[in-house]
Amino acid sequence: MAKTLGPVRRAFAPWDDPSATPLIRFEAITKRFGDFTAIDNVSLDIYEREFFALLGPSGCGKTTLMRMLAGFETPTEGRVLLDGEDISQVPPHKRPVNMMFQSYALFPHMSVADNIAFGLKQDGLPAGDIKARVEEMLSLVKLEPFARRRPDQLSGGQRQRVALARSLAKRPKVLLLDEPLGALDKKLREETQFELMDLQEKLGMTFLIVTHDQEEAMTVADRIAVMNHGSFEQIDPPSVIYEQPNSRYVADFIGDVNLLDGALETRGGARVFSSKALSNPLPVMPPDDTPDGSACIAIRPEKLSVSLTEPEQADGLAMLKGTVWDIAYMGDVSIFHVRLSDEVCTGQDKDETVPVLRATIANTTRLVERPIAWDDAVWVTWQADAAVVLPR
Amino acid sequence: MSAGGSSAWGRRLVIAVPYIWLLVFFLAPFVLVLRISLSEVAIAMPPYVPVFDLGAGWDRFVADLGRLSFANYEWLAGDPLYINSYLSSLRIAFVSTVLTLLIGFPIAYGMASAPRGLRPILMMLVILPFWTSFLIRVYAWIGILKPEGLLTLFGQTIGILSGDEQFRILNTTTAVYIGIVYSYLPFMVLPLYAALERLDGSLLEAAQDLGCPPLKAFWVITVPLALPGIIAGCFLVFIPAVGEFVIPDLLGGSDTLMIGRTLWNEFFNNRDWPVSSAVAVLLLLVLIIPIVAFQQAQQRQQEAAR
Ligand SMILES: Nc1ncnc2c1ncn2[C@@H]1O[C@H](COP(=O)(O)OP(=O)(O)OP(=O)(O)O)[C@@H](O)[C@H]1O
Ligand SMILES: [Mg+2]
Repeated sequence: MAKTLGPVRRAFAPWDDPSATPLIRFEAITKRFGDFTAIDNVSLDIYEREFFALLGPSGCGKTTLMRMLAGFETPTEGRVLLDGEDISQVPPHKRPVNMMFQSYALFPHMSVADNIAFGLKQDGLPAGDIKARVEEMLSLVKLEPFARRRPDQLSGGQRQRVALARSLAKRPKVLLLDEPLGALDKKLREETQFELMDLQEKLGMTFLIVTHDQEEAMTVADRIAVMNHGSFEQIDPPSVIYEQPNSRYVADFIGDVNLLDGALETRGGARVFSSKALSNPLPVMPPDDTPDGSACIAIRPEKLSVSLTEPEQADGLAMLKGTVWDIAYMGDVSIFHVRLSDEVCTGQDKDETVPVLRATIANTTRLVERPIAWDDAVWVTWQADAAVVLPR
Repeated sequence: MSAGGSSAWGRRLVIAVPYIWLLVFFLAPFVLVLRISLSEVAIAMPPYVPVFDLGAGWDRFVADLGRLSFANYEWLAGDPLYINSYLSSLRIAFVSTVLTLLIGFPIAYGMASAPRGLRPILMMLVILPFWTSFLIRVYAWIGILKPEGLLTLFGQTIGILSGDEQFRILNTTTAVYIGIVYSYLPFMVLPLYAALERLDGSLLEAAQDLGCPPLKAFWVITVPLALPGIIAGCFLVFIPAVGEFVIPDLLGGSDTLMIGRTLWNEFFNNRDWPVSSAVAVLLLLVLIIPIVAFQQAQQRQQEAAR
């Protein structure tokens, strides 16, 4: 029963090691603007060489948290520690932290090359070194032909790359990236993501990245913090966030999910999930210490199977009958919306309470004998351990 | 291209209006002044012998061209009074401009960093003096600066002056500086404020984030980005200050040479219209250099903004 949650990118988990000391420590931080609380008593440890992502809806306080680390906001309460030292008295220009601004903040009167060289010049590096580093950065973000242009002569995506290059140029101990890739097209974004991961590993930097793109957070981060209204909902590696969300909010926020509300029960020694909408309880496998009572289950769409023939009953297999309501063909996968049939549903008001399950099925073969079509009667099944039981 | 006759005419009319304005109110008077400056002085009304009699026909006009007299200009070049007046005017205008910039920059900076709601009020306060006549405000300075004036009173009250000591500022070049700086300050503050207000605060944060101390960030970020405002403000102060007449006349001493004042004396005291016209023409020529420079700076800025 030594199952783990999905693949592991690299063997790196200082947060599990009680003897490891964090590089950055937010200690019971609260930040208020007037009587509005932007950050509400959060604590967070980030370790050296970690790639840490902040994920959360707009206005939840991601930028504010970063600005406190960069030194542009002072916490109303709590302390920020860097390398074990309280940095609240250190002015921004003396912190070994560089930030890429969400608004880019490029110097409009300087060329792209001068923007990138700005930080290096402050350190008084020899001109030759600066030039070499600028060129390296330009090639990293693929902007060599634009070195002499001014920011207002660039496209939005190009400007974003200049901002990224400028913040990377000094190779700071800690790099804060506020939405670094949002304006790039998918291909360039993916390339840059891998460049960033590469660079981070090669140079041993610590990255704190804000993104609205969950896939991006999943790709690059060692750990993800899901924020909501100025506090953390969950801080865990991507696979844990995805496969073992600790709340309904996180499950819903990250990726697609089928959520069913009901109650956890114990029947004949086995745990089951029952819901007013369902006539039969579903088998579930929550951790043993989960108490009975009101709960909700979350099942990822790709964990569901859809078949035209009734599968054999088996232990630990959840099965529901339904009709295909809608099909979205995405190329690599197809998404089936299956409306549960009357047999399995006790719902009185059918239109609203009948749950519709989303199942993502990989299109593994090019040709299918009998494709599933609209209005087909189908069986939706999943393994009991694929459903995560969450407190309601 | 068939924009329609009426709209084409409308456009021509719109373009013509400022040209007609310039023609009637700038070029025509200038030609008159130029003509007087080439004439000879006479005891008459008006007190000069006109060189060109425009009513006398083309042949006469051509003949007159040959008899043009540059005597007035030679006279100006020969008399150090005029050259000194020009130089002194330029110097006073330059120093005043620098002083205005030094005082105006912190004011504009303070306004631009004030809370958003307060800015229109501060702007109002800067413009407020324009609601009173310029002349009255300069007279008010006499009341402040004169030996028995408010400043002396103030000095005596706070104890930097003993009982019978007085400030002797009125009728000195210092008083002229005070007057010019005071009068032209809004012309410096407003363009500076416009430039500084547009400045994105996150640029300074970015500079600091990259290791630049705040004071250096001011020099490498704020000042270059405010440069268009600085240039505009300096020209707006310098150009009128060179020809300033009222302030040196009311506040300056007899030793404060300024070309505007010399011109006035020539015109009204000596009643030498031709010479004073020549002074005016030369003043314009002297100012054309900064005016053209100003316009080019403005144009460059507009092109950069596009
Ligand atoms: N200087 C400020 N004064 C007042 N309120 C502020 C200030 N800065 C941020 N806030 C508020 O604090 C909250 C958090 O802002 P923050 O910029 O950290 O959000 P965010 O998570 O970065 O959002 P986004 O994803 O849209 O960038 C917002 O509600 C914002 O309005
Ligand atoms: Mg933000």
